[in-house]
Amino acid sequence: MFSRTAFSQAFRPISRPSSRPIRSPAFALPSVFHARLLSSETRAAIDKAVASAPVVLFMKGTPETPQCGFSRASIQILGLQGVDPKKFVAFNVLEDPELRQGVKEYSDWPTIPQLYLDKEFVGGCDILMSMHQSGELAKMLEGKGVLVAADQ
Amino acid sequence: MLVRTLPGLLPRRLFSVSARMASVTPMEDIMRDKIAHAFTPSTLVIRNDSHLHAHHTAMEGSTSKETHFHVTIVSDAFQAKMQPARHRMVYALLKEEMAREGGIHALQLKTKTPAEEQREKEKNA
Repeated sequence: MFSRTAFSQAFRPISRPSSRPIRSPAFALPSVFHARLLSSETRAAIDKAVASAPVVLFMKGTPETPQCGFSRASIQILGLQGVDPKKFVAFNVLEDPELRQGVKEYSDWPTIPQLYLDKEFVGGCDILMSMHQSGELAKMLEGKGVLVAADQ
Repeated sequence: MLVRTLPGLLPRRLFSVSARMASVTPMEDIMRDKIAHAFTPSTLVIRNDSHLHAHHTAMEGSTSKETHFHVTIVSDAFQAKMQPARHRMVYALLKEEMAREGGIHALQLKTKTPAEEQREKEKNA
């Protein structure tokens, strides 16, 4: 239990420029109808975001100050698991409405947070939580080599 | 009791009146109905957590008492499907309710097959 807490504290100052916001496309969207479609610009930006680190979390708020309990829980789980801060990036969807809507369509997933591992969608908070409890998540993260080395 | 013993005299009017009365949990009713039809679950538990989240910034201006739910569904329909696929099935079913202004804001899901539930019970026993 003690080492777990230590890990979670080590995790907190992570997430480099904690939320590298995705740049919105420069053009204004012409209508509400168009706003519902995922533009190729947005798709490309999210492609890039998903590929920006081995572990990517789309969340509300920042890892330091999550703005939603489910985002907070997800960050805490990744901290408990000992995810290497250098291999993790979080994106704050509240900073960018385009990203907030876009990532839902991109992932075919209507809620935030969303976790990606090696560009592959893993799930939302519930899935993360149950994988955390079952030990599946530890296995998966370890397999991908994204955990802090044990001797550090 | 009266209804059972005197089916011929069933006061139909009373029933239609009560059916027309607005439910205090319209969203939960829709969810229950849709999930029951789509997945014929052996267990369906819908918990309304909205009061726990009413003070959140995202809920500012919302008057709905049905924004946050925790739903447990045990169904054979989830057989051989990974968790994300199971959740997507539920999200797809409730797409309109989640997209609607003032609709479902957060949906926590537990999706299990009867076999998985049984195994869980044995583990925790």
